Amino acid sequence: MAIEIEKPSSVRLSKVAISKTHGEDSPYFAGWKAYDENPYDEIHNQSGVIQMGLAENQVSFDLLEKYLEEHHEVSSSGKGAPGFRENALFQDYHGLKSFRQAMANFMEQIRGGKAKFDPDRIVLTAGATAANELLTFILADPGDALLVPTPYYPGFDRDLRWRTGVKIVPIHCNSSNNFQITPEALEAAYQSAESMDLKVRGILITNPSNPLGSTIQSSVLNDILDFAVHKNIHLVSDEIYSGSTFSPSEFVSIAEILRNRNYKDAERVHIVYSLSKDLGLPGFRVGTIYSYNDDVVTTARRMSSFTLISSQTQHLLACMLSNHEFTQNYIKTNRERLNKRYDMIIQGLKKAGIECLKGNAGLFCWMNLSPLLNEPTRQGELELWNIILNQVKLNISPGSSCHCSEPGWFRVCFANMSEQTLRVALQRIHKFMEQRKVCSVNQ
Amino acid sequence: MVAISKIATGNGHGEDSPYFDGWKAYETNPFHPIDRPDGVIQMGLAENQLCFNFIKKWVMEHPEASLCSAEGVNKFEETALFQDYHGMPEFREAVAKFMGKVRGDRVKFDPDRIVMSGGATGAHEMVAFCLADPGEAFLVPTPYYPGFDRDLRWRTGVELVPVVCESSNNFKITRAALEAAYEKAKEANLRVKGLLITNPSNPLGTILDRDTLKGIVKFINEKNIHLIGDEIYAATVFMEPEFVSISEIIEEVECNRGLIHIVYSLSKDMGFPGFRVGIVYSYNDAVVSCARKMSSFGLVSSQTQHLIATMLSDDDFVDSFIVESKEQLFKRHKYFTLSLSQVGIGSLKSNAGLFIWMDLRKLLKEKTFDAEMDLWRVIINEVKLNVSPGSSFHCDEPGWFRVCFANMDDNTMEVALLRITTFMHKHNEAMVPRKLCRRASLKLSLSRRRDDFMSQNMMSPHSPIPQSPLVRART
Repeated sequence: MAIEIEKPSSVRLSKVAISKTHGEDSPYFAGWKAYDENPYDEIHNQSGVIQMGLAENQVSFDLLEKYLEEHHEVSSSGKGAPGFRENALFQDYHGLKSFRQAMANFMEQIRGGKAKFDPDRIVLTAGATAANELLTFILADPGDALLVPTPYYPGFDRDLRWRTGVKIVPIHCNSSNNFQITPEALEAAYQSAESMDLKVRGILITNPSNPLGSTIQSSVLNDILDFAVHKNIHLVSDEIYSGSTFSPSEFVSIAEILRNRNYKDAERVHIVYSLSKDLGLPGFRVGTIYSYNDDVVTTARRMSSFTLISSQTQHLLACMLSNHEFTQNYIKTNRERLNKRYDMIIQGLKKAGIECLKGNAGLFCWMNLSPLLNEPTRQGELELWNIILNQVKLNISPGSSCHCSEPGWFRVCFANMSEQTLRVALQRIHKFMEQRKVCSVNQ
Repeated sequence: MVAISKIATGNGHGEDSPYFDGWKAYETNPFHPIDRPDGVIQMGLAENQLCFNFIKKWVMEHPEASLCSAEGVNKFEETALFQDYHGMPEFREAVAKFMGKVRGDRVKFDPDRIVMSGGATGAHEMVAFCLADPGEAFLVPTPYYPGFDRDLRWRTGVELVPVVCESSNNFKITRAALEAAYEKAKEANLRVKGLLITNPSNPLGTILDRDTLKGIVKFINEKNIHLIGDEIYAATVFMEPEFVSISEIIEEVECNRGLIHIVYSLSKDMGFPGFRVGIVYSYNDAVVSCARKMSSFGLVSSQTQHLIATMLSDDDFVDSFIVESKEQLFKRHKYFTLSLSQVGIGSLKSNAGLFIWMDLRKLLKEKTFDAEMDLWRVIINEVKLNVSPGSSFHCDEPGWFRVCFANMDDNTMEVALLRITTFMHKHNEAMVPRKLCRRASLKLSLSRRRDDFMSQNMMSPHSPIPQSPLVRART
């Protein structure tokens, strides 16, 4: 058979397809791989890797299951399946009105009624992953930039940049002030973008923060909004962990800041939300965009055609989230349980001699292992990370994968496992720290 | 005022097309047999509603398929947590099996090549992102589904170049037409990366014959470009000739499989557009890998994956569903086309899809697209039917309309036919000086009581026999 001379770039896939911007080469994902190959199991694999790199909320499933057991009308297969046909046919990109209403109510409840949400400004997407990408397509052109405070969720590298062609310019935050975003850091990031000839189109903050596990203070939110107004750029607030604050009074949403300002400058603000973290339903792909800008709402709605939420899921959640008694109880109980978990891990780490950033939200803590580094560099951090993954057998996420500018910090998830498993993890950490103490004493 | 992107401010969303204007007319005044008997009947939406009773029965008999029932709730937690972009293995296996059965088990599909997407809408965009850079192009035979303009171009920056097909040979995709399109792209300095075919065709309702398919596969191999086969209507082939899939052709002819990709969905074959079950099936490993990563932006809800996995792994159900669906589509298609022919309306001979390609060329005042739009406005505003004008499908010849027939019950179908008949009757009267109305009782292929479909409100004013559903007009 004749050797075919490959024609230049004719069977080549697209540049987007070939690029590495999907981000899966990051250690963030390498750790998952190690876990997949040797997953811990309480009974069958007690020496396996414990997954502490996945920000899932598994502490409140019993509440959801109880609801389902008590409300069979939610199933579209019950009682003659009257809704099945209508549900199966419903593909309107406006989304089920009852579901949007329920989401608006839920978001209000989470904010203790301190902000109001209009269901007609809610656009539905298949997960926050899609919501963040979609907003980026709408707010920026290829080659433009978004400013994102570090450390940030590694998935943003893919979600904001991969298919959009938009760039991320980091707003550097550090431990000297608990990684808070300062006006100086904002300005420095903006200047940095300008010096690279990049047009800044917006800022994306995550509040409560992933990976820090802390809420952004009211004064800082005001500074950020002022900055956005001053530069005439957009502000996206990813509030995916808003229902996971341990105490309701500690979370201030950008929606409240706007309300306090009588919604002046609102047309540049957009909120991303999802049920993946607060309700622990990542598989159901429920994301939302809430925008105060009519053009953005209209365009986002049209674009959501590429990523609608299954009508079956919209129906289930509309029923569930319209039940006020259920949601009140859920939000309260979920907060309490997360708080309890957080206390448990912080105490456990403290006993082992490890400090964490003071957190008040989220499904993880931001652990400081900088004292353990051989050298205060990214390389030093990755070496330590490797030891923790392969010897201590814990998959935790290195700060460098979150673009943290200071080496030695790690994100450790605590809500995606049973209390028993968390105890095992803490025992392993304790043992590891003990061994290191012995080693350093002997040196 | 803070600016938004060029993509956002442009009209790449495609909603300015007349395809959507008709929907708007429908939405402001939708037909309802009791509440709005004079409303617009939606015949512009290609939905399959003929088998819901059949499916509902299965759903009621299988509560374990729902996570909300007592039988299914034990799977709730693990399903709710499942966000792996590989998709549930049982879901992929069930879909692969279904795709095989729809092709008469003449070919097998590998579950590991199945990638999820947000409906076929999401699938098409995803494939475009994988195969082409902004500014590059796909060839698409006309007439084609208007949504492609948005799905393939809007956020991707990819261009579409039409492969013009003509009524003179029943819109066949000829080698000459393919070559002409390829040349045209070259002249416009557009690098062609692929050819997108929809088989069975939307809007034509026809399938591609074996020779045409082989010719297409040859063409793309020669030009070294990708072939995307949208087979979303595969199970709607309701009569001979039998459907031939791209997946079968590549077993029969020399082909670089790295160029072959299939887009599929359950929106048409099963009538589940709301569930957003889109599939990309590629024979190219790199594309599977890339598409899988991209599917993060449009995964199928795990709740739905669970339902579909349970439903489509029930072999007895699937086998009977495929047969039942074909039968219902066949009956509806036959009745509809026969009734239309009796008032002098012809359509392209078709054996698939949820619509017909109606020929109203002789009703045009002149052979122009303006005249087509005028006629269309009359159909919407006077006859009160939303049909889709051929120009919105980029048809190169005015006078063709896509008319959906599977998205309504029998009663509504009768109302629609009565309106068409009345309109044609008026039109024919206007055309000739003498009118000759013959009453005829039409032998229906459905055994039905007359009273089932005749409501007092819908009597034709010209009908000499009040209960006769159709009046045959002779000119």
